[in-house]
Formats: sequence, C-alpha cells, structure tokens
Amino acid sequence: MDSALPLLLVVIKTLLVIVAVLTFVAYLTLLERKVLGWIQVRIGPNRVGPWGLLQPLADGAKLLLKEEITVASANRVVYILAPLIVVVCALIPFAVIPFSKGLGLESLLGPVADKFDLNTGVIADINLGILYIFGISSLGVYGVILGGWASNSKYSLLGSVRAAAQMISYELGLSLSVIGVLMLAGSLSLVQIVEAQDSVYKWFVFRQPLGFLLFLIAGSAEIARTPFDLMECENELVAGYQTEYSSMKFGLFYLGEYAHLLFLSSMMATLFFGGWQGPVLPPVVWFLGKTFFFVTVFVWIRGTYPRLRYDRVMQFGWKTLLPVGLFNVMATAFVYIIWLQYAS
Amino acid sequence: METILFYVLAVVTLLSAVFVVFLRRPIHNVLFMILTMIGLATLFILLHAEFLAMVQIIVYAGAVMVLFLFVIMLLNLEEIDFPREPRPLRWGFGVILSLAFVVMLFPVIKRIAPTITSVGQSGDMAGAMSNLDLIARELFTTYLLPFEIASFLLLAAIIGTVVIGRKLTRN
Repeated sequence: MDSALPLLLVVIKTLLVIVAVLTFVAYLTLLERKVLGWIQVRIGPNRVGPWGLLQPLADGAKLLLKEEITVASANRVVYILAPLIVVVCALIPFAVIPFSKGLGLESLLGPVADKFDLNTGVIADINLGILYIFGISSLGVYGVILGGWASNSKYSLLGSVRAAAQMISYELGLSLSVIGVLMLAGSLSLVQIVEAQDSVYKWFVFRQPLGFLLFLIAGSAEIARTPFDLMECENELVAGYQTEYSSMKFGLFYLGEYAHLLFLSSMMATLFFGGWQGPVLPPVVWFLGKTFFFVTVFVWIRGTYPRLRYDRVMQFGWKTLLPVGLFNVMATAFVYIIWLQYAS
Repeated sequence: METILFYVLAVVTLLSAVFVVFLRRPIHNVLFMILTMIGLATLFILLHAEFLAMVQIIVYAGAVMVLFLFVIMLLNLEEIDFPREPRPLRWGFGVILSLAFVVMLFPVIKRIAPTITSVGQSGDMAGAMSNLDLIARELFTTYLLPFEIASFLLLAAIIGTVVIGRKLTRN
C-alpha cells in the first residue's frame, strides 16, 4: 500500500483548500456589505468585533440557531437535496483552479512529491479543466430548479423557472466567450492556460477583450448577481426559489451563491488576467489579489446598476450575447490562423 | 481498486436505471435518470474516455435532463395516471423487447468480451496525446464527412425549431 500516504496527503490538501474557500466565502459577505455601505455612504457592519470582523461568525451562528421549517406540502427528500446540490456544485470546481505555481514542498514530501499533483498549486490538473467546470456548473442548475419545485409554493416555482431559463441561456454565452481563450492557449487545462500568460502583455484580456466582456456579463448572469438577479427579486418574487427555506438550508443556498461568486472571480483571474503570474510577490498572493479585485468589481456592479426586466434579460442573452460570442469565436479563429501562416 | 470502483459505479448506475422504470412519481424518475447519466459519465472516466464523460455530463445530465425536469415541473405531474394493476401483455412485450435487444447486442459483447478485464489499458495507448487531441484528429480527418453531415443536420434542426417556435403574427 505505497499509495496510501499520497492519497492521505491529497485528502489533506483538498481539505485545506475547502477550508480556505469557506473562510473566504464567509468574509466575502462582510466585504460585500462593507463595500455596499461605502457606495451608499453608510458605514456597514461595525458592531461585532473591530471593524465588523466577527460579523460572518455571528451570521453563521444566527443561521444555525434559527428554527428549521419544512413546508408541510413540500416534497421532503428533494427539498433537502436541493441546497446540498447547490453547495456541492459550487465547491467542487475549485479542484481545477490553479492557485499557485508549485508549492515548493519537494524536500518535505520526498519521493511522493510527483504523485497526484501533490506539489503543484492545484488539486487536480486534469486536461479537460474547462469542460469539467462547465459540466459541474450545468449540474448546479438542478439545485435551484429542484429547490423551487420542492417547496410547493408559487413564488418558489416562478423563481426557479426563471432561474433555469436564465442559467441555461447564459451558460451558452459563457462557454462561447471562453472558446477564444482556449484556442489561443491551445489547451483546456487551466494550468496550461495560466502558463500561456507568462508576461503581462500576454494576458488574455488584451488578446480577447471582447471575450472578457462577454465572460463578465454572462458570468454575472450565470451566478445571478444584481443586474440579473431576477430569480430572487424581492419585490415581485419574495426571494424566488429560496422563499420557503429557513435556517441552515437557506444558509447553504447563500453559501453556494457566494462560493459561485468567488469561483467566477477566480476564473476571471485565471482565464484573462494570468492567474498566479506576477512579479516580486508570491504567486498565491497575486492569485488572491486578482480574485478579490474581481469580487469587488462584482460588488461595485451590484451597488451601481438597477435590476433589468426579465424579458429584456432573455432577449439580450439570445439576441445579443450569443451572436457576439459566435462572432468572437469566428474572428479569433480567423485572425489566429492568419497569424500562424505569417509567423511560420 | 479500479475494479471495486467499477463495480460500485456500475451497481449505482444500473440501480438508478431500474428506479427510472419502476418509480411512479415522474419527478423521481427524472432524478434517477440524471443519476444514471452521471453514473455513465463516471464509467467513461474509468475507461479513460474523459472527454466523452464531460460531454455526457454537459449534454445529457446538464441540458437534456433540465428540459425533462422543466416540462414535468410545469405540468406538475404527480402520480402517473396509469392503472396500478399489472398488465400481463405489457410485461410480456417488455420482456420480449429487452431480450431482442440483448440478442442484437450479442455480437458487440462477444467482440469486446476479452478486453473487459483489462480496463485502463486504453489510456496508455493515447500516450503523449490527450484524449481531446485524439478525438479532434480523428473527427477532422477520418470522419470529416460524417461530422459535416451531422453538423448540417443539427443546423437544419435548429432552424426548424426556430421556425416552428415562432409566433405567426400575420393579420
């Protein structure tokens, strides 16, 4: 059983990443409330701990202690399953995000360093990373749909119908916007995509500006951030598919939502802004810095734009985003081939 | 280890396929069908066909089944309105059909039977080339014509749905 030790180490590494992600997600809620506060000339949370730093813990404790309500007419199994699907599908894509170059643990790990990507800054460097991410995120839709359906309430059902339609439509735009990057990097592995951007002018945001813009828009629709959060719109749907959820089940939906936000930001850093690449500072710092920059951008967008009308969201998705995405793919392929011709 | 994993996944996949047929609430059937699709994808991964696995998840588990779920949710089907008492004729028909299917599959099973025990060999064959490169190369060289025909067919189908789905606003 010489594979037992590396396997154990992989489990430990995975746990460390999950703990880190969950901590960031918790503090993301504080960041969002603080930044929103500043945008609206308020102070934001400042009661629990210095600068409100213990607020996430207090929120978590509150959610855990709330009464757990299951609607009498709900489909019990599916009702419990839905938040779990959301959280799992929000957490497992982090497995393929490269957060650092190497971990520099060769001397510590000894002979097992080469096994199972133990010494690399990613849990699993699979060569179909992007497809894996899209696969998992397409499964994440089920959590939302089932949650709305199982609550057996009209607001929830309407919310989840909206959510499903929107997520399916914008998933197309999202995947189209990434294809340009995949072509230029020549790989679907996120590790190799990062390695292809080894200097600032090679960052894909400069070679794929349209792709980046599409990714930003489709991404914020996919995770249902404010201009696109019609599925949980308070004033017409009373929080949509989450209406009938309380206590930690609601907490799980919330966790999933913020984990998605963190994930999307880290994807943007990885695909378009060179991931962990950067001078002087250690790679992890660069990666986290870029990720949190995009988190802040999303909060900023939420504080700036009003919610769109639902029919316009769908119309935009199908009639603007999709054609522009297709154009971007064609144009990138065309230019790339011509460039290959002249370069050789 | 791989063998154990294979049997666990195969049992899960087959059991959920059985549940798809025998459960009576449509929504449960769809849920188990999703599980079947995911199980198939994991079996593909064990066969080192990662690309196929991902496509299976994205297309079948992610897109097709969402539409199934959507329709069932909107129609709000509770119990299937089939009569509960078993119908001997239907059972007989089902058994005959599945037997016919097994007979049809027999040549295939016979051909791959010796290699069933050696799962995991095919990965070494690909060597330096990744799964995706291999598929792309085959698709755009050996199977270019069928590929183009299939894509043409798909395009026609897309245009067809748009035409059918369009509201006629003629006065």
